[in-house]
Amino acid sequence: MLTSFPRLRAILLRLAQAIPVVIGVVVISFLLTRALPGDPAVYFAGVAADEASIEETRVAMGLDKSLPVQFVRYVGDLLQGDLGQSLSSGRPVATDLANRLPASLELTLTALILAVVIAVPLGILAATRPGTWVDHLCRVVVTAGVSLPTFFTGILLIYIFYYLMGIAPSPLGRLDFIYLSPDHVTGFYLIDAALMGDWETWRGAAKQLVLPAATLALFTLAPIARMTRAAMLTALSSDYIRTAKAAGLSNGTVLYRYAFRNSLLPVVTTLGMVFSFALGANVLVEKVFAWPGIGSYAVEALVVSDYAAVQGFVLAMALLFVALNLVIDLLYTTIDPRIGFGAQ
Amino acid sequence: MLSVKDLSVMFQTRRGAVDAVRGVSFDVAKGEILGIVGESGSGKSVTSYALMRILDAGGTIKAGEVDYSGIDLKRAAERDMRDIRGREISMIFQNPRAALNPIRKVGHQIEDVLRQHVRATRFDARAKAIAAMESVKIKDAEERYNAYPFELSGGMCQRIVCAIALACDPRLLIADEPTTGLDITTQKAVMDLVRDLIRAREMSSILITHDLGLAAQYCDRLIVMKDGLIVEQGDPVQIFSRPEHPYSRKLVDATPRAGASVRDLLPAESRAPEPQIFASDKPLVEVRDLVKTYAGKSGPVHAVKGISFTVNQGQCVGLVGESGCGKSTTAEMLVRLMDATSGQIIFDGDDIAKTPARGFARDPRRADIQMVFQDATDSLNPRHTARQAIAEPLRRLGKMRGAALAVRIEELVGLVGLPLSLLDRFPHQLSGGQKARVGIACAVALDPKFLILDEPTAALDVSIQAVVLNLLVDLRAKLGLSYLFVSHDLHVVRLLCDHVIVMKDGQIVEEGPAHQVMSHPQNPYTKSLLAAAPKPPERAAALDQLEITDAQHSALHDKRAS
Amino acid sequence: MSDTTSTDLPRQEGTLDHVLYVLRANPVTLIAFGMFAFLILSALFGPALVPYDPLATNASNALQPPSWAHWFGTDQIGRDVFSRVIVATRLDLTISVAAVAISFVVGSVLGCIAGYWGGWPDIILNRFLDTIMAFPLFVLAMGIVAALGNTVENIIYATAIINMPFYARLVRSEVNIRRDAGFVRAAKLAGNSDIRVLATQIFPNALPPMMVQVSLNLGWAILNAAGLSFIGLGVSPPTAEWGIMVAEGANFIVSGEWWLAVFPGLWLMFAVFTFNLLGDGLRDIVDPRKRT
Repeated sequence: MLTSFPRLRAILLRLAQAIPVVIGVVVISFLLTRALPGDPAVYFAGVAADEASIEETRVAMGLDKSLPVQFVRYVGDLLQGDLGQSLSSGRPVATDLANRLPASLELTLTALILAVVIAVPLGILAATRPGTWVDHLCRVVVTAGVSLPTFFTGILLIYIFYYLMGIAPSPLGRLDFIYLSPDHVTGFYLIDAALMGDWETWRGAAKQLVLPAATLALFTLAPIARMTRAAMLTALSSDYIRTAKAAGLSNGTVLYRYAFRNSLLPVVTTLGMVFSFALGANVLVEKVFAWPGIGSYAVEALVVSDYAAVQGFVLAMALLFVALNLVIDLLYTTIDPRIGFGAQ
Repeated sequence: MLSVKDLSVMFQTRRGAVDAVRGVSFDVAKGEILGIVGESGSGKSVTSYALMRILDAGGTIKAGEVDYSGIDLKRAAERDMRDIRGREISMIFQNPRAALNPIRKVGHQIEDVLRQHVRATRFDARAKAIAAMESVKIKDAEERYNAYPFELSGGMCQRIVCAIALACDPRLLIADEPTTGLDITTQKAVMDLVRDLIRAREMSSILITHDLGLAAQYCDRLIVMKDGLIVEQGDPVQIFSRPEHPYSRKLVDATPRAGASVRDLLPAESRAPEPQIFASDKPLVEVRDLVKTYAGKSGPVHAVKGISFTVNQGQCVGLVGESGCGKSTTAEMLVRLMDATSGQIIFDGDDIAKTPARGFARDPRRADIQMVFQDATDSLNPRHTARQAIAEPLRRLGKMRGAALAVRIEELVGLVGLPLSLLDRFPHQLSGGQKARVGIACAVALDPKFLILDEPTAALDVSIQAVVLNLLVDLRAKLGLSYLFVSHDLHVVRLLCDHVIVMKDGQIVEEGPAHQVMSHPQNPYTKSLLAAAPKPPERAAALDQLEITDAQHSALHDKRAS
Repeated sequence: MSDTTSTDLPRQEGTLDHVLYVLRANPVTLIAFGMFAFLILSALFGPALVPYDPLATNASNALQPPSWAHWFGTDQIGRDVFSRVIVATRLDLTISVAAVAISFVVGSVLGCIAGYWGGWPDIILNRFLDTIMAFPLFVLAMGIVAALGNTVENIIYATAIINMPFYARLVRSEVNIRRDAGFVRAAKLAGNSDIRVLATQIFPNALPPMMVQVSLNLGWAILNAAGLSFIGLGVSPPTAEWGIMVAEGANFIVSGEWWLAVFPGLWLMFAVFTFNLLGDGLRDIVDPRKRT
């Protein structure tokens, strides 16, 4: 039955492929954080603890069992949504992550949208006007962009716009302390403030968001622009564009309905890769701008060997990324009708 | 209708300005089919791109006038050109599947053109697109409307391309190598369709091709181009029987046709006497019940379904068929690059099918069976010079080094007619014919007994093909080789082979002595293949020769049989 | 079209000639190689030539802006920023070259096996690579270094691990494309075994596209190492390393002492930029088709 729906079969296959990856991710994050230095039992038992109570704590936390047994317990907890207890905050890690995730998502999504809005038109223009200043600008942006250390650009932007020019607010997080955070609906300050109609807070949140989002956007601009330009160039030199031109189709039709749609495919693939880089760069940007997201949560947790928190962070990031790649691949099957047929 | 005067087109390349077209003048009358024939680099395609004004970025019309029914195409504004393209002048191209947008339904692609030229609105576009598809004889047009190009065959894609080109009833159709890469029967179907449509709509057409025979069959008038210039114009029959310019004579000679011998393909000055080859009766290669089955995406694919044939010592056997018939798979199995699913390949008494392909490289018989590949460019390592490529088999299998190696390389290079000075060049610095010679040198380096030639001249210009085919004939005589010549080109096979095998769908449908199968085919499929092959008009002198050569062939055959 | 090209080609150029031709033909490549030479020289001879000891502190001279005595100024405990920046070149380059070399070798071998033979090795490799690439790569590097400890070796291993999938995938696809190419079949006919064909015919042809990836990765590895140091997971102070210097300098930039962070950051950008520009030049040198 499934052979009569090649697309459906391709989709199911893709979903099935994600399963061993998820398993691998869980195993690796478990192993990594079990290897963290520092004995959590000592920390948990308290400063005044002696050998016996440390041992008690260890047994209570299950750290005396062998690794496979610990792993099974870990997976069992995971399936119930229990990511363990954070040592530094005392709350369940899952709660901590849930609280801080919206901050990171708001930052990353704003940055990505900004990057796409600039990079894609830039890439298209560079491809359609080779050799002009737009093309050169694009090349410079791309080469410089992949050379920029995110943390450094963030710092540089703070120096220029905050210290020198004074137009940016101080890099102290999502909202200056004079504002009250909006009522929690989505956790995205921009959306929540808009929903409440509180435009003052909205402006405050937006002002804080500009620099960090710009920093992250600068970083992700380069690969998107490069891929858009390359994909458009390839598409524009294809035979079917020659047919379209010879049939007298207008420039707009040729460019958008024929060339651009075909170059969407590799661009969408690149977006997945870019998101991976962005999630990693997120950590750095959050540290520079004191953004209370899951990236800075992880960095703080690492410093104090809060293993449950670090584990939760790595796992959460990886699962988020797997889910995103799945969405992108599924998106791909809607754009490209050849998927599932094997033909090229 | 179309008048071109002194057209010159120049390209700006990294190595400076290149004159692709140098002062070309011709006219196309209403209702006329004009053929432009030339080899690669002649400028035939560039001419048509120039008058449609779709040249690549580096190209400009340097000089000349192009007049279409009173409109100056050279000076027209881009907006006006866009109106003309598709509505007045249309074009169809080579490689039809690549010419269609791969992610857009074919029906929509036709609609785009209709709506662009305001021949349809949003509401009736679909109906008109289906009508356009039906006019190019596509059955089940409504269903095909929703298909994507990858779901359609090559011939069907070409019909869609025609539908797009003819949707707005243009007056002039330019066909740029529309049948290259298509099977012979598909080729005939497409050309017949195009000609019928043109006649029915009283259109004019320009057919651009490298195949002189094809052009002569379908065109009212011919133009022969070389190096950006027109060397001869005229009636096809006249050009074929009495070519005036030496280049057209060379092209006509080189076009494989019935009744010619291999030597006749060469220019008269270069014709050495044809060597006498006598095939013996002793079998060199016996294929018995060879089967190859793949696991495909939707079930097993039976590429070869149990074939048996024999190649005798000194014989040249032709293996003919269209794409997908299994001839290339058979060739790969015979040369032991691929394992058979079952069956025997008896070479000189041993069943070599028993040795797996992976280990055959180290088998002592490796040197006895070699292959000449279709695409000489692909078969040469881009990082190796010609010398290194020819040395490779000598080093590995012949264990030659140093002085002995160098001597043998020079020997081989002399044998295939490659100048010594080209030995240290890389493949991208060699011409198509030179690369073919290097490939042949590699194949005969170790004095093999059996040579499999997989469409060795398919990618070559027809004049180079003539030279290479003659080289192959000479080598066979000189080195005592046996050939299995795989090809889709029936005329070529007739020229070279003693014995012919016709394959279809993985099975042998007919076999026998070459001249017999070619002139008196028994199987309906063979008949359809022969009927589909382009028939150039016979040369006046050749018509007399025809009877003599046929008689000679029969005499030779009788001699061998006794 | 005539069958002969001009037979009076000047004597075939050797490798050195070709290298010089590539450098002359593309000025950007020439500049990139110049920059690269400067970096190598700094790494090799920097520590011997710098005016001040990178670790020498001088509390009374702290936080001095750039001057003739201290070209890049001094940091919060009086160390000369210029000396530290130049000396850091050796460490950062070592890390990136070592990491990329490891991932190149391991990735190439795995990619060759998977791309040529396919089947189970291919499937297993793909799942393995998918799992690695399922982690946002910087996050994975963080995790590895945190787990194994803050040493230079571990940074190298972590960077090598997260870089490896790029090579494995690239080599796998390049080998796959060429696996059925004509010259591969010709090499088999000439008596080459599978391994020989893979090593001497296929892999060398996959090198040009890989060169671009190598240079991009060199730049990226430096950014990675610097990023790890920035969040405190990399090299530990007082070692001179660009990332740490930016991290320490970040605290001072909001109060206007910009030179502590800006100079190391600019140097970092310079190094990464050099490697990115090098990519095309390296590919041109390795690709025989660029020889005229």
